[in-house]
Amino acid sequence: MGLEAKLSGDGFFVTQLEAIINWARKNSVYPMPMGISCCAIEMMAAADPRYDIARFGSEVMRFSPRQCDLMIVAGTVTYKMSHVVRKIYDQMPDPKWVIAMGACTSTGGMYRSYSVVQGIDQFLPVDVYVAGCPPRPDNLLNALIHIQNKIGNTRAKEFQNKKRLELNVIQNN
Amino acid sequence: MELKEIIIQKLNEHFPDAGFEFSEYINEFNIKLDKKFIQPVCKFLKEDSELEFLLCEDITAVDWARRKKRFTVVYHIFTLKHNYRLVLKCDVEEDDCNIDSVTSVWRTSNWQERECYDMYGIKFNNHPDMRRIYMPEDFEYYPLRKEFPLMGIPGSLSLPKK
Ligand code: SF4
Repeated sequence: MGLEAKLSGDGFFVTQLEAIINWARKNSVYPMPMGISCCAIEMMAAADPRYDIARFGSEVMRFSPRQCDLMIVAGTVTYKMSHVVRKIYDQMPDPKWVIAMGACTSTGGMYRSYSVVQGIDQFLPVDVYVAGCPPRPDNLLNALIHIQNKIGNTRAKEFQNKKRLELNVIQNN
Repeated sequence: MELKEIIIQKLNEHFPDAGFEFSEYINEFNIKLDKKFIQPVCKFLKEDSELEFLLCEDITAVDWARRKKRFTVVYHIFTLKHNYRLVLKCDVEEDDCNIDSVTSVWRTSNWQERECYDMYGIKFNNHPDMRRIYMPEDFEYYPLRKEFPLMGIPGSLSLPKK
């Protein structure tokens, strides 16, 4: 049968280190909830029992970037806020992923104006964009599954020569 | 006597040179006055025991773009005693873009005046902390002025390096 039968028989099994690390990693993605405006409400809804992001192992929303590996940017990012978002992203340990949740985050959305960054991909490497204003929680879960697939397909050697983003020293402004 | 008339009478009595223009628009009583008198008039309206305009609800400005006196600073004040709202207006010229602060009267006006400065570039004299409030401090433009393009001026706001 399953893993139990295998373990009770031989007491061990053989796999690739990479496979088991990816398996562990993708089923316990810790999100950093970067809830900046209204989309954050739907992100909270995704965590509640009705949509239950815990089914995908991502219920541990940490408010400390040091413990997270997925940043969910949910909301309107202004130019002033962009430095803060980036600072928090820089503090997350590698490997890390980014979901741009909602129209505002992905493209500026309905805020076509001087103060709003027209898409956070101008300063962050985004892995998955989620459409909607706001996206339904299911849609966010869908994005999470995409991230999980992406993590599952990542090979260790891809990290070896990965270009690091240059750390950004923030002047006070 | 109606409150409106009391206000008119009192103001004319105490500030004969302020150049008041009284008008009414959608049930709101508007008073236009010379900008030099804004601080004493506000102080009077707040401290007069019959009026007690204790609440400064908003301070903002209007950019008329082509008028000679380009800006109008607008004060919305409210008296809880009579449940009555009053609008004060002062014209400000672009070349002499400043007006006296009313922070000494209502402390809430501190941030409201900073917002007005941030968006229109109108300086408030004697303000304790005349800095921008929304935009980054090194920003050089005033976004709600008519000549400012909607999408901003490219390169004027910094982004983190990718
Ligand atoms: S996409 Fe819509 S719901 Fe989301 S932050 Fe923007 S305005 Fe709010």
